[in-house]
Amino acid sequence: MERIPILKMGEYLLVTIQVDMHDRLALALQDDLTQKIVSARAKGVLIDISALDVVDSFIGRTLADIASMSRVLDAETVVVGMRPAVAITLVELGLSLEGVRTALNVERGMDLLRARIEARRLA
Amino acid sequence: MLSDVLSTNETEILNRWVDRQTKGSVFRADRMTPHELRQTATEFLSALRKAAASRNHDINAPVWEDVRHVLDRLSSQRAEQGFSPSETATFVLSLKESLFEQLRESNGKDPALLADAIWQTSALLDKLGLYTTEIHQRSRESIIIRQTQEMLELSTPVVTLWDGVLALPLIGTLDSARTQVVMETLLQAIVDSGASIAIIDITGVPAVDTLTAQHLLKTVAAARLMGADCIISGIRPQIAQTIVHLGVDLGTVITKATLADAFAVAMRRLGLTVEKREAREA
Repeated sequence: MERIPILKMGEYLLVTIQVDMHDRLALALQDDLTQKIVSARAKGVLIDISALDVVDSFIGRTLADIASMSRVLDAETVVVGMRPAVAITLVELGLSLEGVRTALNVERGMDLLRARIEARRLA
Repeated sequence: MLSDVLSTNETEILNRWVDRQTKGSVFRADRMTPHELRQTATEFLSALRKAAASRNHDINAPVWEDVRHVLDRLSSQRAEQGFSPSETATFVLSLKESLFEQLRESNGKDPALLADAIWQTSALLDKLGLYTTEIHQRSRESIIIRQTQEMLELSTPVVTLWDGVLALPLIGTLDSARTQVVMETLLQAIVDSGASIAIIDITGVPAVDTLTAQHLLKTVAAARLMGADCIISGIRPQIAQTIVHLGVDLGTVITKATLADAFAVAMRRLGLTVEKREAREA
């Protein structure tokens, strides 16, 4: 079964979704990511969805779930690169992903993660 | 019959008809010249002669295509020039008088035949007149639709205030169709410019009801999903009162009274400050 690769860079985990997401793949990603956060002792997770044309309500909810789970495991999550059409669809579906942090692109996302983790260390 | 009269006396009918139109009360000398009118009339009459020769009086039949074509052009042209529907239809209906005269001259001896011919001609011209009005109306409608779309596009400019700060001054009522355009334009501008803060200024929005507020919140949520923060500014006192009375919860959205306040917040977020230069001593 195909899986979405999770890259480890220091204390961050990078996930770039480049295939069409279906429900089982999303659930597999959720499993893999939570395991990897624990095993790699990651502090930040960056999910790049700039290649996704379609995000349905299930994928949207899974993204929100992943964010909540990683928060429980003491890691920050940022979803980056959402396309305008996807954003409009999600809002129309009533999913505004309240608990998820977002950024325009990977660079901004990394800046945001660094700032958040830095702020946490100081707290 | 009509076709005979048309083929034998075309020029005479044309002259009388054009003469009547130019002297009639509805002739708009400011919008068209007698020459133009004559040209259109000639075209129409020759098309009518060919079509009437078929003795088929159903104006939707293929033989009437040329006639319809002339009328299509005439009506849409006049609609754009600002003629009223009755002024446009009079072009066709005024032909009746000239035609009837001609019919009487050639069929005067037989009253039954004359009445029959007049009735058929009258019915035919009425149909053509109604057709003109219909086309006139349709061209007016297409003009209105085009203008609505143009206004929709004109009314949603996205302005770059600073590197990374966008402003979206909204003017006019926010309905669902408009919100869709606003949302798309704003999100596309965020992608194109890589802005991290967008200010939505609603100074020009006359009233905010629950629906408008919901549309605004949707736009803010969509921008947030793209990774940009939204500030709503330009909230007038009456609108603030309405929002509270309606029980609309703007949630975590930052709202400011003026665009200047919103811009100050944006500058602070970006870590920028504006300083007044000290006056240099002379």
